Amino acid sequence: MTRQAYTYYPGCSLQHRSHAYESSNRNVAQALGFDLVEMDDWNCCGATEYFSLNRLPAYALVARNLARAANEGADELVVPCSACFLNLHKTDKQMAQYPDLARSVNQALAAGDLHYTPGTVRVRHLVEVIISDIGFTELATRITRPLYGLKLAAYYGCLIARPDSIFDSTEHPTTMDRLFEVLGAESVPFALKTFCCGGHMAQISAETGFEMIHKIVKNAAENGADAIVTVCPMCQLNLDVYQNSANKLFDTDYQVPILFFTQVLGLALGLKPSDLGIGQEFVDAMPAINKISEVPPPKPKRERRDKQALPMPVMPE
Amino acid sequence: MKTSQDLTFHDRVVALTPGGEALEQCLQCGSCGGSCPAGADMDHTPRGLFAMIRAEMEDEVLRSNTPWYCVSCYACTTRCPQQIPITDIMYTLKQMAIQAGHYDHPHATKFSETFIGFVEQRGRSFEAGLATRYHLYHHPTDMVRLGMMGLNMLRRNRLPLRPKSIREVDQLQAILAEAKAIAAKETYR
Repeated sequence: MTRQAYTYYPGCSLQHRSHAYESSNRNVAQALGFDLVEMDDWNCCGATEYFSLNRLPAYALVARNLARAANEGADELVVPCSACFLNLHKTDKQMAQYPDLARSVNQALAAGDLHYTPGTVRVRHLVEVIISDIGFTELATRITRPLYGLKLAAYYGCLIARPDSIFDSTEHPTTMDRLFEVLGAESVPFALKTFCCGGHMAQISAETGFEMIHKIVKNAAENGADAIVTVCPMCQLNLDVYQNSANKLFDTDYQVPILFFTQVLGLALGLKPSDLGIGQEFVDAMPAINKISEVPPPKPKRERRDKQALPMPVMPE
Repeated sequence: MKTSQDLTFHDRVVALTPGGEALEQCLQCGSCGGSCPAGADMDHTPRGLFAMIRAEMEDEVLRSNTPWYCVSCYACTTRCPQQIPITDIMYTLKQMAIQAGHYDHPHATKFSETFIGFVEQRGRSFEAGLATRYHLYHHPTDMVRLGMMGLNMLRRNRLPLRPKSIREVDQLQAILAEAKAIAAKETYR
């Protein structure tokens, strides 16, 4: 059951390098009939950086958002970025689990006249909201332009699958694959669907990062994907912006566009590519989008057993 | 309250990590190293590092590059049969290595510090500033390559040059200052 409005925490990336994700989220929400209401004066979640430097301020940074969301009366907070989602979700969960931690965090929050009772705000990822609250059956009725013929690799990345799998298997999630089928697209087999994109490695140890990026792109390309679809601005940045650097390092020439899940969902809802921020990606997505056909691809015929294959055992008469 | 002198290195790692007690249960199976996407670059696997923590090899552990190659993907954490919060232990080790001045892999620290510098100042991260400041100081020879990439980002409207700030920066800074003060006192609960 969808709400009419969700309290929304966009995260810094969506205001900087991932406008495409922000505009597609906004337009998809509107098309599906709900509002994303940005919470007031939210701050950065600290990404993976603050926890490496100083644990308690890192938790306090995240908890300021939870406390302010609770003060706004929000019982849920919808987050489109997997790293922000993880930090908010983890802080809420660990404050509930470890009272010592909750006490110290609240002592720090008190310096800003804030307090947070763990469990007050349920932190949710946007992909989970759309899939669980609206549901596949309802989504299927909203599709006006099915993505027939488009082969997509569902890339979950790390932080919605781990450490707390929020709606699916940790090792082998399939929810997004099912979403693509509802949209009329084909979901290709993708063994590295939860393999890490490298996070900040492309910055601090480029070859380590590029190797991880290369593995993911190669795996999707070899399985025939026209595009990789992600739910996280960091994954999109790494796989898209550094795809050519990874190509150079490994002497390959993959050109697999990296799209956000709301971009492909928006296309199927009949939105224009320009309303979904398509065109901001480094690896051009238009060749993939132009493959979308008006008619569903023929169902593959079930192969009959090859007569030349090993004979079935025959019972002696 | 115990002071740092009363606690072994192993105990301090445990105390600094929420749920860290599980470290005692490590059965040295190696699922962590096997699951790690950056394992090939590490000088010790997480499993090896945990054996070294048990052996009180503080100096070697805090000089290891292992935590710095951790990408925080939690693959080891979810697969660990003993439910050791491995990723969080890596965060603890990074923090301890910085405090001890013991790291031989400074890029990661400088990147984190530059990133958080903007956050502490404005409440939001600032990509254009992070990229230029970090690379200018730490990888100046990369500036040409980075400049090209920056231009490509700009052309796609993906690199705003003006930082954003939250409204109540004072509130955030008061919270962070208090958190730092508590952390300094309560490092070893």
